[in-house]
Amino acid sequence: MTHVRARIWLLLFLWLSPALAVAAPFEDGVKDLASPDFDQISRGISLLGSSGDARALPVLEALENGKVVVDAAGRVLIRAGSRTELALTGAPAVAQGPVRDVGINNRVRRTLGPMVSQLRLLSPDRTIRQAAALEMSKGPREDARPALVTAQRAETDTEITALLSMALARLDLISTDESRRLQAVGTIADQADVSMKSEMENLVKKDGQGKFVEPDAEVRKKAQQALSAIETKMFLINLVANTFYGLSLGSVLLLAALGLAITFGLMHVINMAHGEMLMLGAYTTYVVQTLFASIMPAAMNWYLLIAIPAAFMVCAVIGMALERFVVRHLYGRPLETLLATWGISLMLIQTVRLVFGAQNVTVANPDWLSGGFDLMPNLVMPYSRIAIVAFTALIVAAVALLLRRTPFGLQIRAVTQNRAMAASMGIPAQRIDRLTFGLGSGLAGLGGVAISQLGNVGPELGQGYIVDSFMVVVLGGVGKLIGAILGALGLGLLNKYIEPVAGAVLGKIIILVFIVLFLQKRPQGLFALKGRAAEVV
Amino acid sequence: MKSWKSLLSLSILAMSAACKGPGGEEAPKPAASAAETAAPAPSAAKDTGPIKVGILHSLSGTMAISETSLKDVALMTIENINKKGGVLGRKLEPVVVDPASNWPLFAEKARELLQKEGVSVTFGCWTSVSRKSVLPVFEELNGLLFYPVQYEGEESSYNVFYTGAAPNQQAIPAVEYLMSEAGGAAKKWVLLGTDYVYPRTTNKILRYFLLAKGVKEGDIMETYTPFGHSDYQTIVADIKKFAGGTPTAVVSTINGDSNVPFYKELANQGLKAEDIPVVAFSVGEEELRGIDTKPLAGHLAAWNYFMSIDTPENKKFIDEWKAYVAEKKLPDGDKRVTNDPMEATYVGIKMWAGAVEQAGTVEVNAVRQAIGYQVVKSPSGFDMAMDGKNHHLNKPVYIGEIMPDGQFKVVWKTEGPVRAAPWSPFVPDSKEKVADWSFPWVCGNCTKGKFEAY
Amino acid sequence: MSSFASQITGLHDRKGWAVFGVVSALLVLVLPFVLPDYMVPLLGKFLCFAMVALAIDLIWGFTGILSLGHGIFFALGGYAMGMYLMLEIGTAGVYRSNLPDFMVFLDWKELPWFWKGFDNFFFALFMALFIPGICAFVFGFFAFRSRIRGVYFSIITQAMTFALMLLFFRNETGFGGNNGLTDFKRLYGYSLADPDVKVGLYVITAITLLLVYALSRYVVKSKLGRVLRAVRDDETKVRFMGYDPLKYKLFVWTLSAVLCGLAGALYVPQVGIINPSEMQPANSIEMAIWVAVGGRSTLFGAAAGAIAVNGAKSIFTAAFPDLWLYFLGATFVVIPVLLPKGFAVYASRLLGKPSGPRASSTGGPSGPAPSEPQGPPPQDPASAKIDPSVSPETVEASS
Repeated sequence: MTHVRARIWLLLFLWLSPALAVAAPFEDGVKDLASPDFDQISRGISLLGSSGDARALPVLEALENGKVVVDAAGRVLIRAGSRTELALTGAPAVAQGPVRDVGINNRVRRTLGPMVSQLRLLSPDRTIRQAAALEMSKGPREDARPALVTAQRAETDTEITALLSMALARLDLISTDESRRLQAVGTIADQADVSMKSEMENLVKKDGQGKFVEPDAEVRKKAQQALSAIETKMFLINLVANTFYGLSLGSVLLLAALGLAITFGLMHVINMAHGEMLMLGAYTTYVVQTLFASIMPAAMNWYLLIAIPAAFMVCAVIGMALERFVVRHLYGRPLETLLATWGISLMLIQTVRLVFGAQNVTVANPDWLSGGFDLMPNLVMPYSRIAIVAFTALIVAAVALLLRRTPFGLQIRAVTQNRAMAASMGIPAQRIDRLTFGLGSGLAGLGGVAISQLGNVGPELGQGYIVDSFMVVVLGGVGKLIGAILGALGLGLLNKYIEPVAGAVLGKIIILVFIVLFLQKRPQGLFALKGRAAEVV
Repeated sequence: MKSWKSLLSLSILAMSAACKGPGGEEAPKPAASAAETAAPAPSAAKDTGPIKVGILHSLSGTMAISETSLKDVALMTIENINKKGGVLGRKLEPVVVDPASNWPLFAEKARELLQKEGVSVTFGCWTSVSRKSVLPVFEELNGLLFYPVQYEGEESSYNVFYTGAAPNQQAIPAVEYLMSEAGGAAKKWVLLGTDYVYPRTTNKILRYFLLAKGVKEGDIMETYTPFGHSDYQTIVADIKKFAGGTPTAVVSTINGDSNVPFYKELANQGLKAEDIPVVAFSVGEEELRGIDTKPLAGHLAAWNYFMSIDTPENKKFIDEWKAYVAEKKLPDGDKRVTNDPMEATYVGIKMWAGAVEQAGTVEVNAVRQAIGYQVVKSPSGFDMAMDGKNHHLNKPVYIGEIMPDGQFKVVWKTEGPVRAAPWSPFVPDSKEKVADWSFPWVCGNCTKGKFEAY
Repeated sequence: MSSFASQITGLHDRKGWAVFGVVSALLVLVLPFVLPDYMVPLLGKFLCFAMVALAIDLIWGFTGILSLGHGIFFALGGYAMGMYLMLEIGTAGVYRSNLPDFMVFLDWKELPWFWKGFDNFFFALFMALFIPGICAFVFGFFAFRSRIRGVYFSIITQAMTFALMLLFFRNETGFGGNNGLTDFKRLYGYSLADPDVKVGLYVITAITLLLVYALSRYVVKSKLGRVLRAVRDDETKVRFMGYDPLKYKLFVWTLSAVLCGLAGALYVPQVGIINPSEMQPANSIEMAIWVAVGGRSTLFGAAAGAIAVNGAKSIFTAAFPDLWLYFLGATFVVIPVLLPKGFAVYASRLLGKPSGPRASSTGGPSGPAPSEPQGPPPQDPASAKIDPSVSPETVEASS
């Protein structure tokens, strides 16, 4: 044990006192960075990485971030904010003449990345260490072994230790020493690292002559164990992943279809311009974002808070205008409403195209929605998708409350069930129609805000959702909120479960055929209204 | 059965006879009919009026996203030529039509431009299918089409000038770069594309090329996704598995909208550009404009022009474009960028104008002969010449890395312009074929010339 | 036989036949000579669309079923003809191969089984009618049996055309993927580039359109046609009266699909390309608007509507490319709101003619609809089922 401690001390010592280093790899390395030749830059990075010099890491990190420049005098400088400082000493310095970036291409990155990770293994910050260890565990190079061993011995955190032993196991796997191979496979079996699947498969395979690639039976047996552990884990991951993707797709479908379920389900109006309400909601988000960027860039991260009500209002107002000037004249003629609203959708698309251009516009995710967390290896849960699932749940709850617990909701339900009787009871049926249409359109606007966080925002955004939204409503049944919810989530999950097996296109076709067959059994969808209302459409 | 057949042929015969008098049962030679129909073209009729120039780009429908910019840049170039006095002392008059991303409509509009409007030249089309759709029309009516987009090759028409890249001016240099030490010395190859003719043909050529370079059949993976595909989880996982530690490169011919989810998925699954670089042939400045480029940094694109190229000609081109955008108040204003097909349109129009000046007429046959002598100082920094034999532009090839600001940093370029090889020498079916419109070949896809040399 | 002849002559009264004769002569004998060359295939295309409009009118105007998937049948007919034209090219394609070019770039070595036989013109023509027919029959059987109707039916047909479009987009499906089938050279030995052949194709299209019109007219005038209208106006009552609506609906639905297939087969050689974008959901919706514009349940109006909308499209996309979608959109809005019966009816009234050819037969036993429309307050969706506010009988009875 003592020699271990001594080693750490030695390392720390070396680390802290570069002056004692025999040669000057740091200085040479920095000098190499000034070269226009990528090979020499790579060599410089290697030198810096193995220099054991504390100053190396900041230089390499700056290089990774594209902050290292060379001035006319051939000096290597680091940009820090508006100032520049010398890479060699860290002293502030003014660049002489024009500067050029130190060139990085993918090959340089291939040297640089592992070097940075390797140096970060000894960082005092646990998160940095963990990220570095994760990076190393994906495919370390043989010359990183000493650094890995050192780091593993110094490490106290179990998670990071596991990652480091995984990295070492990868190296040991190709070792000529059977016991090391066995141990490595053991580590892999314990951790069931899914990225090692093909390596494990190779270990149990036979070559052309029918001989096992791996000579040692013990190792093969262990590899077989590892393989089955990995497969179990992969199955689980796939199941969780597909369920999550299905839920997230279902939420998007539900957001897109909720407004439709209200206008179609409660009012029996076929609004083909519904997709364009989604599109307008997304464009409203874009406008709000642009306004924030120019007026108060500091609050940029919170533009969504304004975009959500704005999108709702914009779409609700347009929806009400639509009801007032077009749809109202067509009540009772559902097929014609369908055509008229489709005409509206064409005009809305063209208007947006003329105002914002035919190209897609950029809607950036705010920082707190970017990225995601690793639930399991190979399974990242993007924050944006999680947020959309939550957002959807919130809206559905709000709509349910509105319909069930408010006078307005009561009036909507009354008019839906029997217009004539509701009117004779003094409910202003026309006004309710308009407000309901506004509500449905506004909800579509909210859907647009959500969709803008996931994909491209362009004039034709809505067209891609209209058929799917109708499928949700048709499947769920008319006039019931619960139908739309189950319809959307069901379609989302089904889609994602089928897709890995049948492929994207066949998956879509299978689902459509399924819906047609389903309607054979239940022509009114999952949840049918009973009584006379069901006869309307 | 027999009688039905003869009845039908009789009826067709009767119709044609009734309509045009005794035209004979054999089709008159297309050339003759072309001459007949092209006669009312304004060239002969009025030599002083404006010269009509057709612009055939979709302004609505799915392709509007890409093609609108080409229409704008074409109008800009024409306007600037007019400001300098036009061509042959005559103004150019653009005739803009909207084929609405509808392929049959492309053919219809092309016919309208040629027969009704009598345009002297047409700049247009983006997708391969739209070009295939209008091709018979231009050949039948002896029109002139400038096609500005990189395409799959395997074609050369007497009536078309291709100012976009053929596969050897884009795809093959990119693959060679990835094979080189500097590009990462890839040993395994993933050919990934959207399922249509350009990726299919390009990948076929690349496959033969890779095999010729000694890559094993098992080290090539070829996958296609439908249009608008947005879920790349399975494919990216497959790529990861396929690579398995060997240096691997992905050649992406994924189209438009699908690129964002693809690159995002790469980032999600931790595949970085340095591990598995992706080189794309359909991702340019315009496509990057609508997306968040952070996850894309380090991935590559191969083009013949980048907006970031630092030459006086390019600066002038960009300035002209910015001024035009501001003056016309085009949507998105200062965010508008230039890209490769725009440059190809710009060069194409200048080249045609030069050829008209030289020929002294807008007559198609004369302009076609003159165009082989044209040289345009292009924004990409080279003197670009049209190859009068195969009707393709000689173009330099650049490979750029995507930068976080949506621009490209050039990491590799050819020494000078590369001559197009419309028929790939690597594909067995094609390598015998010759595209050469000069005597004695006079053919776009022959294995022997039409004429015997004297 | 003589009763058949009298049935035929009974399709119109004398004035109706006169109008029919004038229109026929105009289409077949005058226009091909008057129009400039480039207009001939264009008009031929419009006439194909008019055929589609007739087919949709049969199923929508007379039976009350709005299909938003007729693009499928049109495209299937077109593909059958396209396959023939593709094989007719022989070795004159880009690759000088016996196979169609797209199979060469897919590295296919022989024709897939479903392409067999399409080198025969008459087999292809038969398939152009049979394939849409059988598809419609199977789909219709399931849909009508489970009484999917109204908006549900429309939406399902939209979904089907979308699904089929995705299927045809795949190159592996074997129909040329996104590019579809193009680069045709000859039809039955005649060069398609020959202007005379184009005129010939146009004339054949025009004659076919007139025949399709007569057939449709025959159907709607027959007893069958009366049952169809009854189904449209109140299916439940029809069932109570002992008719099985399924049979009637299925028949006219299949007929409509076959006519669409025929139109597609005539369309392809004239435009020179068939590809999956014909199956875009939007295309099928546009087809319905042709009928709505011209006037539902007036066969003549439907055909005229198709020609008018497409003519406007040609003019607008050239003259005001930016405004085309506004125009199209406005048509969709204005026609149902302000002119629910389509412009043909109004046009004929404005001209002072009491009726177009379709209305001339009011004397026939079609009879008024069970309950006359105009009644229900337009805000009342509940009563719409019982009293469709727009009924073609109104047109016929009032004129």
